[in-house]
Amino acid sequence: MTRHEMLFTPQGNDSAQAILKLVIMAVGGQGGGVLTNWVEAVARAEGRAVQATSVAGVAQRTGATIYYIEIGPQGIDAPIFSLAPAGGDVDVLVAAEWMEAGRAIQRGFVTPDRTTLIASTHRALAVSEKMEPGNGIASAEEVMAAAEIAAQRLLVADMEKLAVDQGSVISASLLGAIAGSGALPFKAEAFRDAIRASGKGVEASLRAFEAGLAAVTEPTKVEAAPEAPKPQTAITGPTNAQTTWEALTARIAALPEPARDMAAAGLQKVVDFQDAAYGATYLDRLDRFAAKDNDAHGFELTKEAAKYIANAMAYDDVIRVADRKTRGARSARIDGEMGKGEAQVLQLTEFFHPRAEEIAGLLPAKLGAKIENSPKWMARLDRWFNKGRRIRTDTLRGFIPLYIIGGLRRWRLKTRRHAVEAAHLDAWLTTVTHHLTTDYALAVETLRCRRLIKGYSDTHARGLSKFDRVIDGMALVAGRDDAADWARRLREAALKDEAGKTLEGALQTIRSFTS
Amino acid sequence: MAERSFKREVEDLKLGKGDTFTGEGILAITKALLESGVGYVGGYQGAPISHLMDVLADAEELLTELGVRYEANASEAAAAAMLAASVHYPIRGAVTFKGPVGVNVASDALANLSSSGVNGGALIIVGEDYGEGSSIMQERSHGFAMKSQFWLLDPRPNLPSIVKSVKQGFELSEASNSPVMLMVRIRSCHVTGQFDTEDNVIPPLSVRDALSNPQSDFSRVVLPPFSYKQEHDKIDNRWPAAEKFIRENGMNEMFGPDTAPVGLVVQGGMFNGVIRALQRLGLADIEGRSAIPIYCLNVTYPLVQDEFLDFAKGKDALLIIEEGQPEFIEQNLATHLLRSGLTTKLHGKDIFPMAGEYTGQVMLDSVTTFLKQAAPEFLPGQVRAPNAPPPDIPDLSETVPIRPPGFCTGCPERPIFASMKLVEQELGKHQISGDIGCHLFGSLPPFEIGGQTMGYGLGPASNAAFDGGGERRAVSFLGDGGFWHNGLSSSIGNMVYNQSDSVAIIVDNYYSAATGGQDLMSSRADNPTKATNNPISKALEGVGVKWIRQIDNTYEVGKLRDTIKEALTTDYNGPKVIVASSECMLNKQRREKPLRKKAISEGRRVEAPRFGVDEDICTGDHACIRLSGCPSLSLKTLDDPLRDDPVASIDHTCVGCGNCGEVADAAVLCPSFYRADVVHNPTGWEARKARFRRSVIGWLQNRRATKQLQFQEVSQ
Repeated sequence: MTRHEMLFTPQGNDSAQAILKLVIMAVGGQGGGVLTNWVEAVARAEGRAVQATSVAGVAQRTGATIYYIEIGPQGIDAPIFSLAPAGGDVDVLVAAEWMEAGRAIQRGFVTPDRTTLIASTHRALAVSEKMEPGNGIASAEEVMAAAEIAAQRLLVADMEKLAVDQGSVISASLLGAIAGSGALPFKAEAFRDAIRASGKGVEASLRAFEAGLAAVTEPTKVEAAPEAPKPQTAITGPTNAQTTWEALTARIAALPEPARDMAAAGLQKVVDFQDAAYGATYLDRLDRFAAKDNDAHGFELTKEAAKYIANAMAYDDVIRVADRKTRGARSARIDGEMGKGEAQVLQLTEFFHPRAEEIAGLLPAKLGAKIENSPKWMARLDRWFNKGRRIRTDTLRGFIPLYIIGGLRRWRLKTRRHAVEAAHLDAWLTTVTHHLTTDYALAVETLRCRRLIKGYSDTHARGLSKFDRVIDGMALVAGRDDAADWARRLREAALKDEAGKTLEGALQTIRSFTS
Repeated sequence: MAERSFKREVEDLKLGKGDTFTGEGILAITKALLESGVGYVGGYQGAPISHLMDVLADAEELLTELGVRYEANASEAAAAAMLAASVHYPIRGAVTFKGPVGVNVASDALANLSSSGVNGGALIIVGEDYGEGSSIMQERSHGFAMKSQFWLLDPRPNLPSIVKSVKQGFELSEASNSPVMLMVRIRSCHVTGQFDTEDNVIPPLSVRDALSNPQSDFSRVVLPPFSYKQEHDKIDNRWPAAEKFIRENGMNEMFGPDTAPVGLVVQGGMFNGVIRALQRLGLADIEGRSAIPIYCLNVTYPLVQDEFLDFAKGKDALLIIEEGQPEFIEQNLATHLLRSGLTTKLHGKDIFPMAGEYTGQVMLDSVTTFLKQAAPEFLPGQVRAPNAPPPDIPDLSETVPIRPPGFCTGCPERPIFASMKLVEQELGKHQISGDIGCHLFGSLPPFEIGGQTMGYGLGPASNAAFDGGGERRAVSFLGDGGFWHNGLSSSIGNMVYNQSDSVAIIVDNYYSAATGGQDLMSSRADNPTKATNNPISKALEGVGVKWIRQIDNTYEVGKLRDTIKEALTTDYNGPKVIVASSECMLNKQRREKPLRKKAISEGRRVEAPRFGVDEDICTGDHACIRLSGCPSLSLKTLDDPLRDDPVASIDHTCVGCGNCGEVADAAVLCPSFYRADVVHNPTGWEARKARFRRSVIGWLQNRRATKQLQFQEVSQ
C-alpha cells in the first residue's frame, strides 16, 4: 500500500468551488466533441489544469449526448477532477438544442445559485415528437419558463441559425457565446486562437464565433435583426377576376369581427384552389353559420367554420397537386432552397404513385361512380396506372402532362372526386347544424373534427375512418353536459397514433357509460 | 478505415524520456504498452474502447517498426486466445475489448489461459461499459476475474495512474504467472490529461523470433491430471505471489490521516467521485488531501487481506464504495473482517444503492448518510441541519422528450426497416429477432421491429425455437459485424444444419459501423494490411445456404419489400437469407464529401442530390416520418391560420439518400416529396438544354398566371 502523506483539516466549505465546471449537452452529430476540444485547448493554453470527458460509442448516434469539462484555478497543478457532472454543481451549462436545455434542467444541472445557461433556442425534434399524426412537438415555452427560474444567468439565441448563416456549424457559435458570456476567465482572443489552431474551416468558424459572441453580448442587436416585415399578398390575374375578388373580399366585412381574418385566409385558399365562383359558394356556406352565431361565444362557430369549411372545400385532388407542382413560384422557391446558382443546372424529380381511385376520381361524376363500383374496372385501372412514377418536371416531357392535369380545374366541379367531397361536406355540415340546435360547443367540436381528414391514399382513408368514428362517438354523448369535452378528447385521441389505438380506448370509455 | 483518424495523435506515441504527453486515456494506454515492451497487441472494437483499436490500427507502422505484431481479431474470443503466445514464451501481450459483453465472448479463452498460466505478461484491457452512455446490459466484469483467478486492476481515473497500471499489470502478470485485466470505465477511456513519457521499448523477444525456437510443455495443457494441478497452482502459488507483488509494490494506496474513527474503502475508478463528494462536504481540499482515511483499491481482485485489516484496525466504521452489483468486494471484505474478530462496522450497499451508476449525487448523498450515522462531527453544520429549502424548479419530465440513439441521416439501414414495416402492414406482425449493431435501432419507434437481442451474431440463432416454421415465418436480423464475429457459425450454420424454415436478413453496411466504422472481412475498401472484399453471399453459399438474395441497393424499398415478402411466402422451406448491402452513410459522406468538393472546385461535373417537401401539398399527417425517423426529415409549423398541424420539412443536412421518395412511392404516401439534383459544372449542351426547357416552362407558367387569380407572398 502506497501511503500519501497529505493531511487536511476540514474547512467546512466546498473546496471544489474553485474548479470551473462546464457541461455541454448536445444531440449526437452536433459537434459537441469539437466544442469540448476547443474549450479544453483554451484552458490549457492559459496555463490551467483541465480535464474533459465524454461518452463515445453507439449511444451517440443522434441520441442525447453529454460532455464535461473541469478547469482548475490558477496555480493549482493537479486538482482532483470529477469525471461526471453532478446536479447542483455546474457553473456553465451549454445546451446545443432547446430540449437538451430542458433535459439539463430536469437533471438538476442548472441551479439558480450559480449556473450560467447558454442555450440554442432551435429545435431538433425527437422521433416521438415527429411521428404523431397530430402536433406532438414539445412545449418550448415550458422549458423557457423553467429556464428563467433555474438559471442564474440565461443566455439564449438561435445558435444553429447564427452558425449556418455563416456557413459553419453550431459548435463555433456556441464557443462564441461561451466566450461572450464571460463565465470563463479567458479573453475572447484566446478562444479565437483555439479555433485558428484547429486548422479546419477556420474562417467560417471564426465568423460563426463572432455571431455567437455578439448574440450574448449585444442581444438587442441580434434580436432586432430577424424581425422581418410580414410578407404581403400580391393579387394578380385578369381584370374581371380581380373585380370579382374585390366583391368577395367586401363580403368578409359583413362577417363577425373575430372570424374575419380566418375567413379572408379561407376565401383565398378556396379561390386559389378553384375560382371566384367557388369562393362565393364558400362565403354562402359561411354566412349560414354566421347567421346562427352570436357574440355569447365570441363567434367561435363562425371562426371555426371559416377555417374548416375552407380546408374541406380545398381538398387534395390530383388536379391541385399537379397545379401546385407546375407553378412558377414553386420553381423559384426550390432554386432558392437548394442554393442553385446561375452556373448550375437543377434537375427535379417528383414521386407519384397514382391508383385506380385517383383516376376514377378524375372522371365525370356518374361515370366515375360506376367505375368505382365495378371491381373489374378498378382492377383494370390499377393494372394500367398503379405504379410508382418518377416525373422529371425540369424536362418538358415531365412538365407538360402535369401542366395539363393542373389545367383540368375547369372540369373539377364535374368530377367524381368533387361529388364525393361535396357529399361528405354536406353530411358533415348537416351534423354540425343538427348539434347546433342543442349544444353550441358540440357543434364547434364537430367542425374541428375536419382536422382528422388529411393525407393521401391509405392515410386519407384512415383519417376518414377516424373522422367517422369520432362523429359516431359524439352522437353517443350528445345531450350530456360534458358532450363537447368528450368530443375534444376523442379528437385529440384520434391524433395520437396512426392505428387509432388511443381513439379506440377513448371510445370504449364512452361506450362504458352510455350503453 | 475507422470513423475517427488518430494519424496525428499517433505521432505522440513516439515521445521519449523527458517529454510530456497530452491527450486521451486510450492513447495514454497505447503509449504505456509501447513503453512496457509489449510484443503483440490485438482486440475487438466496442465502446468505450473502440478508439483504442483505432489507435492501434493507425499506429501499425510504428508497431511494425518496434517489432510488435498487431491483429484486428475476429472476436473477443479470438483476441483472448491470442494471449496464448504468453503461455510459454516470455513475451508481453495485450488485447482489448469491451466489458462485460466482450468478456462474456472471451471467457472460454480466458478460462483456459488462466488455468494454463502465463510466462510472459498477459494484459487484457477492458472498457467497462457501465453507467451513463452504456449501450449494453448493466453487469460487471468483476465476476470473471473471481471465477478464473486472474487479477483485476481498477486504477484511479487519471493518466499517470492508468499508465502506471499498465506497466505494473505486466509485472504483476509475470510475477504471479496469471493474466491481468485492466479495467477502464467509460469516461476514463476518453478522459484527457497529461503524463511524463519514457522511451518506447523494443520487446526483448519478438513473436517472430519465438517462431524460430518453438516451445511446448504438456503440463500447461488443460487436460487431466494437469488441470487439477493447475487449479492448485492458482491457489497455492500464483495467488500468494500476486498478493506479495501488490503489497510490495504498493499498488493500492492510502490517503488521509492514519487515525480516524471512520474510513472509506474505494475502487480506484471511484476515487475521483469520492474525493468530489468529500470536497463538496469540505472534507478534502482541491488536490485531494482528505480529512477521512481512504484505502484506494487499484487492484480490486485479489484483495490483500492484511492490508485491509491494517486499515480497518482502530476504526469504528468503514464504508465500502463499490459500483455495480453484486457487491463482490464488500462480501469478500466482510468475510475478512468477520474472521479477524475486529468489531469495525462495515457499510456499503446498505447505504449506497445496489443497482446503478454512482453519480455525483449518489456519491454525495451516500457519503453524507454514512458520516451522519458514523461520524457526524465531520459534517459541516448546514449539511447536518440544512436551513434553505432547495429552489422550486418546474418539473419538465412530462415535457422533455426522450432521445434514444437512432439511425443517422441517410442511413442505409432505414429503408430496410421501412420495407419490413411495409411487409408487416400487409402480412401482419411477425416474430422478429434483432442483433447487436446500429440495426438494433430498428426495434425503436418509428419502426418497432424486433423484440429481443441475445448477443452479437446471435440474431438468427435466437429464433431457433421457431425454425420449424408455422403460419408466419420468423424473421431475424444480423449485421455484417455480427456475421463475421459469430453469426456465420452460430446463426447461419445453425440454420442450415437444422433446416430452418425462417428468414434471416443480413444488414451489410461495409463496416463495423456501430463501433466507429472499422473494416471487416466483407468491407469494400482496399485495406493495405487486411484482407477485405470477401462477400457475405459467398460465405453463405459455402456453408450451404441455397436460398440467397443479394440486394445491392437497400434504398430500393419496393424491391426490398418484395424480396422480404418472397422469403416469407415462398414454398422453399429451408433457410432463406437476404443480404441487404449499402454503405454506411456516415462513412460514405466522410469519404466522398472532400472528393466532391474537390471535383466541384476543379470544374468537373457533379450532381448533388437533396430532397424537399412541397409544404402546400403536405397535409401534416406525418406518415412519411413513421417510415423514416431521419434526423433531416423534421417538422415545420407554418404561418397559416388554416393549418393545425406542422408539415414535414427537410433541412439542409439531407444527403439525398432517396429513402423519402422510395417510401412515398412504395407506401403510396403522398406526392409532396421531390428530389432536386443541383448539377455543378454542367456540360455546355446540358446548360443550353436546361435554359431552353426553363424558357418554355416559364412561358407556360406565365400564361396560366395571367388567366387566373394568383396570390403571391411578397416581402415588403
